[in-house]
Amino acid sequence: MSFASPGAPTPARRVAYLNARLLDPASGMDMAGQVLTEGGRIVDVGANLFPPDLFRDNAPDNAEAIDCKGMCLAPGLVDMRVQLREPGEEHMENMASASQAAAAGGVTTMVALPNTQPVIDDVSLVEFVARRTREIGVTRIRTYAAATKGLHGKELTELGLMAEAGAAGFTDGTKAIASAVVMRRALSYARMFGKIIVQHPEEPALAGEGAMNEGEIASRLGLAGIPPAAEIMMVERDLRLVELTGGRYHAAHVSTGEAIDAIRKAKRQGLAVTCDTAPHYFALNETAVGDYRTFAKVSPPLRDEMDRRAVVEGLADGTIDAIASDHAPHDQEEKRLPFAQAAFGIIGLETLLPLSLELVHNGHLKLLQALGALSHRPAAILGFEGGRLARGAPADFVIFDPDKPDRIEEARFRSKSKNSPFDGRPVQGAVLRTVMDGRTVFEAGAERAKRGGRGD
Amino acid sequence: MTALRPGGQRHYPYRHLLGIEGLSPDEIHFLLDRSETYVEQNRRADKKGSSLRGRTIINLFFENSTRTRTSFELAGKRLGGDVINMSVSTSSIKKGETLIDTAMTLNAMHPDVLVVRHSESGAVKLLSEKVNCAVINGGDGSHEHPTQALLDALTIRRRRGRLDGLTVAICGDIAHSRVARSNIHLLNTMGTRVRVVAPTTLLPNSIDRFGVEVFTDMRRGLEGCDIIMMLRLQTERMKGSFVPSIREYFRFFGLDREKLAAAKPDALIMHPGPMNRGTEIDSEVADDIDRSLIQEQVEMGVAVRMACLEILAENLPDRSLRNAP
Repeated sequence: MSFASPGAPTPARRVAYLNARLLDPASGMDMAGQVLTEGGRIVDVGANLFPPDLFRDNAPDNAEAIDCKGMCLAPGLVDMRVQLREPGEEHMENMASASQAAAAGGVTTMVALPNTQPVIDDVSLVEFVARRTREIGVTRIRTYAAATKGLHGKELTELGLMAEAGAAGFTDGTKAIASAVVMRRALSYARMFGKIIVQHPEEPALAGEGAMNEGEIASRLGLAGIPPAAEIMMVERDLRLVELTGGRYHAAHVSTGEAIDAIRKAKRQGLAVTCDTAPHYFALNETAVGDYRTFAKVSPPLRDEMDRRAVVEGLADGTIDAIASDHAPHDQEEKRLPFAQAAFGIIGLETLLPLSLELVHNGHLKLLQALGALSHRPAAILGFEGGRLARGAPADFVIFDPDKPDRIEEARFRSKSKNSPFDGRPVQGAVLRTVMDGRTVFEAGAERAKRGGRGD
Repeated sequence: MTALRPGGQRHYPYRHLLGIEGLSPDEIHFLLDRSETYVEQNRRADKKGSSLRGRTIINLFFENSTRTRTSFELAGKRLGGDVINMSVSTSSIKKGETLIDTAMTLNAMHPDVLVVRHSESGAVKLLSEKVNCAVINGGDGSHEHPTQALLDALTIRRRRGRLDGLTVAICGDIAHSRVARSNIHLLNTMGTRVRVVAPTTLLPNSIDRFGVEVFTDMRRGLEGCDIIMMLRLQTERMKGSFVPSIREYFRFFGLDREKLAAAKPDALIMHPGPMNRGTEIDSEVADDIDRSLIQEQVEMGVAVRMACLEILAENLPDRSLRNAP
C-alpha cells in the first residue's frame, strides 16, 4: 500500500508507537495500546489499532514503527513556569539550551516568564518568542507577557494586543503585583480576553530583604526571614479581588499550608482560581539550606516540614492544579555569594518528572494524578490544546520508565546553568523518549551513544 | 569526635574557628585554659612569645572594626607572627563577587591564618571553603562572633570561678547580634542559665527554641542575675524602625542604677563595645569599677585571640581535621 501518489503533495510522515502503556490524565485512560501519528497530530489512539503483524516485516510506506516495550506513554509535560534568560542574559540560559533541557525532561511545552532584558511587555517581544520557538523547533515555547510596563507594578501593558499576539497570560514574573488597585484592574481587564493573571504571591514589604523562611533555622544562621504570612496574606488579598472582578487568577508556586487552605476554600466558592507548586516545595524543606547552601535559596523560600506536607496534601486532593518546574537558571557568579546576596532560584526542567514521580512512589499521588498536574491541567488552565492523548491532539508525548533507578547528576544537565540542590539525589523514573510535533526531540539511548561517540 | 585525645588530654579538633555552635564543653574549656596562660604573660613587661614565628596572619576585614582588628593584631604579634591588616571597604565591593576573588588571591600568598570579618552571615564560612589555611571568624553578619563569646566566658570564669550554675542576662538587640548568638551557644553548652531581655521587635523569631528564657520587662529579666551582658544597639543594622526613639529605648531597656538594682547585689556588667552611652547603658554604671567588667573583657580578648591563633596554627599541618565548626 502506498501513501504517496505522483503529483500530490508529500503526505505527512506516519509513526506508530506500539506496545505502550497509554496514560491519558484527561480521560483517565491507563491501558496497553498504540498511538498513530501523522505529521504533528495524533490520528489514532487505542488498544487494537493495527493487525498484530502489520509492522513485523514490512512497514507501510512513509511510516515508521517504534516499539515502546511496555513503557509509559503520556502527554508531553506542560511546564507552566520557566525562566529562559533570553533575551538579555544568554550566558545563563537561552531558548535553545532550555529547549534541549526541556526535551530531556519530557517537557514539550513550556511557558516563559517575561522577566527578561528587555522585559516582554510589548507585542514585538511576544512575537519574538514565537519566532524563536519556530526556529529552534524542539519544544513549544510560549510566553507570559508582563502585566505591568517594565514589571514596575504601576501601569498596565497592552494586554489585549499581546493576548492577540499569543501571550499565554499575564504576570509580573518573580515580582508580586503588589498594588491592590493595579491587581484589580489587571484581573478585570484580562478577563475580557479570557486570560489568567499569574501572581507571585508574596507581600513584598513583609518579605523585605528576607533570604529564607522565617523561623528557628534563619534565626540560628543570622539570616533575615520571610514569614509564611507574606504568602498567605497576598493570596487572601488577591482572592478578594477575584471575587470583586470575576477575573481568572493563578497563584504560582504556593508553598504554605494556609495559602493552600485559602485557595481550597475559594475553589469551593466557585471562584476562577488555580495554583501550582514546584517540586522543591514538596521534595525539600527549609533544612536544605543547611550551612548557607545558596542552591537551596528559592523564592518563595523552602518552608518548614508542616508546610511541605500541606503542599503534598494540596496536590493529593487536587487543590493544587499543576506542578511547574519554576526553572530559574543562575550562573556561579550569582550563587557563589554570601547567602543573603545570592540570587533566588534553581533549575528544574530536567528534574521535574523524576521528582514528581517520588510522590507516586511514596503513595501520595496516583500516576495519572501526577501526570495530570504535569500536563493536562496546566494545559487546560492556559487554554492550550496539548496535554492529552486523543485523536486530533498535537503529537506531543513523553515515553518514560516510571521505575528505573537513577541518580540526578549535574554533569548530565543540558541547561547552561547547573544550580540544582538535587545533584546526587537518587530517584526512580527516567525519560526514554520525547516526541514533539510528531518528531522525536530526545531519545535516551541515542543520547548515550552520541555522547559516547564524542568521547565524553 | 571527642575533644579528648588518647590519654585524656583535651584538644580542639578542627581546622577553623567559624562559630561556637557545635563545640563541646571540653573543646571550649580547652580554648579557655590555653587563653588563661596568656593573661599573665600579657601583664609582664616582656610579652613576647615565639609560637607563631614564621606564621603569616592576615586580618581581612570587610567591615569596619578597630578593637577586634587591633586585638587580633596584637595577639599575633605577641606570639611572634607576621600580621598584615587588610581592610576592604564594603562599599567598594560590588555585591560579594570579590569575596571569593579576594580569598583566592590571599590564598595564593600562603597565609597560615586568616581572620575574617564580613557584614553578611555565612560569608566567612563561604570564604573558608576556598582557602587552604585556617580561618577565624572575626564576626559574620548577625551569625557568630566566636572569639567575643570566648573572651566573655574567660572573663566570667576568672571572676566567678565557673560558668555552670550562673544566671546571665543578655540585653538589647538580640535579633541583629552575632555576639548574642555566640554567647547563647557558649553559655548554654557550659550549663549557664541564659536569659535574653529585649523589646519584641529586636528578638529573633523562635528565640525560645535556643534554650533561653525570654523577657521583655528588663527588671524582671535582671532579677537574680549574676551577670548582665549589654549589647550595642546596632543602629547601622537598622533597616527599618525597630524602636521608636533612643529616649524610649533607654527608658525601658537602658541599664541604669535603678534597673541594675533588680539583679543580684554583686552582679557584674559586661559590654562588647563600643558602647552607646545613654542609649543602652548609663555612664555611671558603665564606669563603676566595682561592677563593670568592660575593660577586663578587652584585656581577655587579646589572650583569647592568642590562644585561638596558636591552636589553629598548631593544627595546621593536620589535613585530617574536620572543617566545622
